[in-house]
Amino acid sequence: MFNNIALAAENVGDKLSIGDAAITAIFGYSVVFFGLVILMVVLYCTGAYFKSKDAKANAATEKSAPVIKETPTAAPVAEQKLAPGSAGHVKLYDVPDKEAAMIMAIVADKLQKPLNELHFISIKEVK
Amino acid sequence: MDIIETLKTLWEGSGFQSFFVNGGWKNLIMIVISCVLLYLGIKKKFEPLLLVGIAFGCLLVNLSYFGADSTDALYHPDLWTQFLDENSEYYHSYGNIMAHGGLLDILYIGVKAGVYPSLIFMGVGAMTDFGPLISNPKSLLLGAAAQMGVFLAFFGAVCLGFTGQEAASIGIIGGADGPTAIFLTTRLAPHLLGPIAIAAYSYMALIPMIQPPLMKLLTTKKEREVKMEQSRQVSKTEKIIFPIIVAMFVILLLPSTAPLVGCLMLGNLWRECGVTERLSDTVQNALMNIVTVFLGISVGATTAADKFLNLKTLMIIGLGLTAFCFSTIGGLLVGKIMYKLSGGKINPLIGSAGVSAVPMAARVSQMEGQKANPSNFLLMHAMGPNVAGVIGSAIAAGFLLAVFK
Repeated sequence: MFNNIALAAENVGDKLSIGDAAITAIFGYSVVFFGLVILMVVLYCTGAYFKSKDAKANAATEKSAPVIKETPTAAPVAEQKLAPGSAGHVKLYDVPDKEAAMIMAIVADKLQKPLNELHFISIKEVK
Repeated sequence: MDIIETLKTLWEGSGFQSFFVNGGWKNLIMIVISCVLLYLGIKKKFEPLLLVGIAFGCLLVNLSYFGADSTDALYHPDLWTQFLDENSEYYHSYGNIMAHGGLLDILYIGVKAGVYPSLIFMGVGAMTDFGPLISNPKSLLLGAAAQMGVFLAFFGAVCLGFTGQEAASIGIIGGADGPTAIFLTTRLAPHLLGPIAIAAYSYMALIPMIQPPLMKLLTTKKEREVKMEQSRQVSKTEKIIFPIIVAMFVILLLPSTAPLVGCLMLGNLWRECGVTERLSDTVQNALMNIVTVFLGISVGATTAADKFLNLKTLMIIGLGLTAFCFSTIGGLLVGKIMYKLSGGKINPLIGSAGVSAVPMAARVSQMEGQKANPSNFLLMHAMGPNVAGVIGSAIAAGFLLAVFK
């Protein structure tokens, strides 16, 4: 196979045979996959490293944070019911998905910031 | 003063007369084509930032080029033929171009030397948020799969009688990445630059029309409706390290990608590192705009009638469309495999975004996903494969360059 690629390289100005072209195409596609798969592995490794680092940092913060005792007079905060369709980090309280998307788009537009640079924690309807 | 003789001299020296001699009618056809391209760019908004410049460059070169002896021509294909001819005394002589070339010849030096595409990549890097890719590295598989059209079109071009170098330049249209296509073509088949650049940018603009039918054909409604989970937050440090890792890894793997990948990642590092905001801003805006002006007009200059109007151009346009379609299909098929393997958690529509064309292809995935399920928001998920496609097409170009240079 490598001989064929080398042959292709030698005859760059000439017509390639169909067999050589097929081998070059398959080999080229494989090289693209190989390169990106290796890159994917590298990204997973760095991602895992940073995730564990964040987890350690969070654990350390929790340990060092002073323990605040709840006062007996404090009324327990009623858990608000999530709207159906809440996904990931954005919690929606009584807000349909479509309206939430519009709100996020409007906020991004008003702030002149791309949506991917904003982090919405929750959206709640004020009654 | 002999008025008749003077009028005759004026007529013979004018461009109008040239349309009627020595195949000048071809220039007339190219002028009509340039007007059509201007219409598409201005009225239909087909990649206007580049297409308007390319179309006007095409208009200028065909208005001013009436043969090799014309000293008034803005662009001289014959000078570039000498530049590429190993037996010519002007082989690789930029001095000859500077001494005898017109305005567009001099601007074209930036294309020939690969300066403009690399600078455009720098701007693209500064404008791109690689966060979605870093948070979901599997996206890289979709970016790789969507290079299928590059190699199928390469194979098709060889079957149609193109040389290896020409076929490689045609195939890269399937990467849906204009600067990469220009970069590779100027190195392997500069005589095909005009049709390849026009095909690449036209098809990129036509992505909202080319991709949706294929997406509907290859996916079921159930697959298109899939809502994906939000990806994890990516820390600033990860974003800073990413361009450094990619540059080191990809350039070591394929050194011929160094100008493109190096500039892409440098632009991104300026964006993310947080201490070079002025540079990031300049590269994203002022520099990008300046280079776009030069790139558009000088690529348009390569569309001189006698080089452009031939059967090869039609074949390139056909192969380019094939490349685009198969790249989309490649991404969608791997998307479907990931859908099955993930137990239905991955929407296969994001696979089609692997064909670079940032952010147009990701927007198409978003639109199609939302048509199937109005509460579906695929944009950020599709941005991962989309930016992976940029890296994938650069690797594909690097491979073809390494084999055929």
